Amino acid sequence: MCLAVPARIKSIHKDRAIVDFGGIKKEISLGILQGVKKGDYVLIHAGFAITKMKRHKAKDVLKALTELKNVAKE
Amino acid sequence: MSRKNKEQIRLMEVCGTHTMAIARSGIKKALPKNIELISGPGCPVCVTPQKGIDKAIKIASIKNVIMTTFGDMMRVPGTNNSLHSLKGEGKDVRVIYSCLDALNIAKDNPDKKVVFMGVGFETTSPTVAAAVLEAERERLKNFSVLSNFKAIFPALEAIAGSRHLKIDGFICPGHVSVITGSNPYKKIAKYYKKPCVIAGFEPDDILKGIRRLIMKLRKDEYDVEIEYERAVQTEGNPTALRVLDTVFRPVDSIWRGLGLIQKSGLKLRKRYKVFDAEEKFKVKVPESYPLKGCICAKILTGEKLPADCKLFKKVCSPESPIGPCMVSSEGTCAAYYRYEG
Repeated sequence: MCLAVPARIKSIHKDRAIVDFGGIKKEISLGILQGVKKGDYVLIHAGFAITKMKRHKAKDVLKALTELKNVAKE
Repeated sequence: MSRKNKEQIRLMEVCGTHTMAIARSGIKKALPKNIELISGPGCPVCVTPQKGIDKAIKIASIKNVIMTTFGDMMRVPGTNNSLHSLKGEGKDVRVIYSCLDALNIAKDNPDKKVVFMGVGFETTSPTVAAAVLEAERERLKNFSVLSNFKAIFPALEAIAGSRHLKIDGFICPGHVSVITGSNPYKKIAKYYKKPCVIAGFEPDDILKGIRRLIMKLRKDEYDVEIEYERAVQTEGNPTALRVLDTVFRPVDSIWRGLGLIQKSGLKLRKRYKVFDAEEKFKVKVPESYPLKGCICAKILTGEKLPADCKLFKKVCSPESPIGPCMVSSEGTCAAYYRYEG
């Protein structure tokens, strides 16, 4: 239930943002996290950004998601 | 007294997501025999009492109601049926990913009453609080929340204080701690002398967490450590905590397995009464009784293992679950069924 996945902020409009989960784009809410800007890595739970993440660690997970997507295509 | 190398050590992984990660990675089997991992009450679906499910079913049966909830709640058996079976009977019950989806359904269906049946801990409750604030801003009066949210710390205290359960230390939930930070664990560590390590969800995070706990027990260090440093900060997420406190107030709450725990539940504050499904529908359901033969309550506190249950793997399976610990994908019984042979 408490699953959360890292994503990169692509664009922000008021308290909504478009994020990129290793190639998959989704709209999320910034209603419970302040100080987020374009390019930041955040952790997403149930459609909300809940914290900023350290860039290199988030990248590891997103890289794995991209690899998974590529394997699924093959 | 410090722990000797061969002394039996019982550690509790509080969070259902950890239970699943531990089962999937086979960590339990790889540990030395004297280190025991006990699954805790951190599966929100599992600790929701049957009465809470009966209430959701009764509201979902009302004309013009669209009931929304997370997928795991659908098949949890109430006294007579489940939300899933109600959907089969033609009632409008929808699985959603985020409470924001329920807001959108409310916007698209102004002539219907849209209810979100919410379960979860501190990771999830602030997202629902933010959705309530948005509903207020947009005057979406056809949206309401049936709150079954719980606060994990009062339950942890109940477990830490139990002489019966004899837990030595806690592997603490990573994503709850993203919101709460590490400070609320201090009382559990210092007063109850149970070291706490906040761990991430990868197998190496969990192994590091176990190692840190053993080291702390050997050195009599009763404190809190953040292993999941890439996401958790000491002070947590102050915005989320503020939003949560604006919308909800703590109330006494019943946990399946643990009973009544003071100030461990969340109810919408008076100002947001119009969004409180309890206030809006005022449904009453009779007291519920434990499911016959199901020992979920004892499994949730680490007192029994799934294998101790007469129903496990015989009549209770993920395809046809009897109790909530088998229904939820993060329930201890579901984890044991899939991964522990």
